[in-house]
This record gives sequence, structure tokens and C-alpha cells, in this order.
Amino acid sequence: MADENTQEFWNWQETNWASPDINWENGRYITVGIDVGSVSSQAVVMVDGEMFAYGNMRTGSNSPDSARNALRFALEKTSLTADKIHYLIGTGYGRVNVPMADRTVTEIACHAKGANFFYGPTVRTVLDVGGQDIKVIRCDEKGKVTNFLMNDKCAAGTGRGMEVFSDLLSVPIGDVGRRSFEVDGEPPPVSSTCVVYAKSEATGLLRKGLSTNEVLAAYCSAMANRIYSLLERVGVEPEFAITGGMAKNRGVIGRLTRKLGLEPLKTKWDTQLAGAAGAALFGYALSRQGKGRK
Amino acid sequence: MLANYGYSDASGDYFITIDTDACNGCGECVSACPAGVFQVVDCDPNDPMNEEPVVTVIPDKAKKIKYECGPCKPFTNMPSLTCVRVCTHGAIAFSW
Repeated sequence: MADENTQEFWNWQETNWASPDINWENGRYITVGIDVGSVSSQAVVMVDGEMFAYGNMRTGSNSPDSARNALRFALEKTSLTADKIHYLIGTGYGRVNVPMADRTVTEIACHAKGANFFYGPTVRTVLDVGGQDIKVIRCDEKGKVTNFLMNDKCAAGTGRGMEVFSDLLSVPIGDVGRRSFEVDGEPPPVSSTCVVYAKSEATGLLRKGLSTNEVLAAYCSAMANRIYSLLERVGVEPEFAITGGMAKNRGVIGRLTRKLGLEPLKTKWDTQLAGAAGAALFGYALSRQGKGRK
Repeated sequence: MLANYGYSDASGDYFITIDTDACNGCGECVSACPAGVFQVVDCDPNDPMNEEPVVTVIPDKAKKIKYECGPCKPFTNMPSLTCVRVCTHGAIAFSW
């Protein structure tokens, strides 16, 4: 274990995967979606619209490099090479900086499409809590967006804020959700979700004698409230699904679910991949229209 | 599609809603808006399978929409906004 002073509590595991069942050589269209987010980058490779491989890693300071690295990471466990790709779509906050992209599509459209694929066609409301923004998307049975809202001006209530808190309180990011429920009675939420204000408020709470778990609970519940108010603006229609990294944080999602009275759908896939998967699916749809590389 | 461009912060919710099904991309609002908030794009960035022109709010403007729209709309329920008036399709609405 790393020295406590240098341990990166906020850090999460980068992962890649390749399907053992699909042989890409038998596929007609190989399409790739690369989602360069503010905190994480994903590449999803699909063969005829089926998940074939993916890579999920942190975004560096250079978006083109992050896109290239994510693709390399996704292809690492396969025998596929980049020149076999028929269509590559860039999405996410850094989409204009994906050098090998044939086209860019907004993350709004991609998350709706990806959620439709991950959670099935019954999904009507998609909440994406990313590294630096929150998106609420309503979609139809085909994954087409019907109403959306994105708050990317302020990182309050997002993944980056949670990373800051995990670091401040020396709690590994994966333990935040569990530990925030290990409290006797729910403490009142911190009054501001602004990461900077909330951080100083949390320091004050610790000084007052609140335990680490209680401070985590106070912050998770403030984040849930913030997300709830954005959801209300667009309106939540079941079925409801959550994508993005925050879907893995029980502390926030559990509290949000309680407030909404609506249980989110579950998926076997990593929720962070939804945007890139949606992009790859758009690539497949466009390829079938004859718009891909030859 | 109802596309909400803008943000919500501690002072309130500031969104311009464009009904992309009603909008035909005529661009009347683009020339009418004194702050240059709108743009016409060839294909809706949020609906890649649809290749009809449509109006969007320029991303940089969306992040400070309260201030960009401030000269026309200093307060809530401001009547007769230029952009809303010129849009004969009724595709533009404000949240504040």
C-alpha cells in the first residue's frame, strides 16, 4: 500500500475488456466511439452494433493524446488494428480534439443512444453525472432525444467534486458511498454544492466534531439535492437510468432514489461507457447508410 | 426535441428552450438578436440522423446567457422579446 501521504484517494481503476465471443473478422462494420470527457476518456469498439472491446481511462491534459490512448487501450486485448475501422465518432467535452474522428456528435445524443442500448428501449429519462457536468435527457424508445438539459457551467454536484472530497477526507473514492451510510441519523446537507464552498464548509464541520462519514453523508445528500432540482426541471418519466461515473456512487444515488421514489435501471456494463457506446452505435447506423469509410 | 441551452446556478435557472421540431432553421432570430446568441447549423448536433438545418445557442454564449440576454431581458416576464417575436414558428422560449 502506498504511503498514506502520497496515496491517491480520488483515483479509480482504469479498465479495458474484449469480448471472447466475437470475431471481428466476420463483422461487416467495425465502428468506434471515443468519448473524451473532462475527467475520463472511453473508447468503445463495436462489431455490427455489438460490444466488442472497450477501454476506460483518465483524461490527460492533452485531448488528442487521451483519445489515442483510450483507443489503444481498448484495442490492446484484441487483434484488431485501427485501419480496419469503418467509422469513428468523437463525442464528449473534448470531441473536437479527437484527431481520427470521421464525425463528432454531442454527448447528449450519444448518452441517450448508449442508455437505450445498455438499459433497453424502455428508458425514458437518462441522468448522466459526469466529471464536470450534469445532463438530464428524455428520450423515446429508439434512444432519440426529445428533451434535454445540460449544466456544464458549474461543477457542483459532479464527479470532480466527489474526487475533491475523497481526497480531502482521505477516503478512497470507491468507499465514499458505503461509508456515507455508516452514520447514526442523516446529518443536514452542506448548504452549498459548489466544490470550493462545500470544501471549506466540510473543514468547518470536521472541526466541529462531525465524523468523516457524517461529512461524506452531508456532501452526498447535498449533491443528491442538486441533481434532483435539475431532474425536476426536465421532468422524470420512468423508466429511469443513470449513466456516468456517479452511477457507481451509492451515497449520492441512494439518496437521490429515495427522494425520487424511483429505482434506476441496472446494467451489466460500466456506466461510464454509455457515451462512447452511443457514439459507436451512431457510427454503425451511419455506416449502414453507406456513409463510412469504404 | 426541446433543447435547453443555459445553466442553473445559485441565483436561478437560465435556459433558452428551442423546440427543434418547430424550428426550420430560417435564421430570423440570428439576425434579430443584438447579442448574437443564436446560430443556424446544417444538422442538429443532438440528433445526428436528422439532416435538417436548425438553430442552436452558441455554446460560449450559453454559459453566460443571463448576461448575454440581460440588455433585452433585465427581469423575469419581460414582454415582447425580439427573438421570440421574430420567430413565427414559436420555437423559442425562456425559463426566466
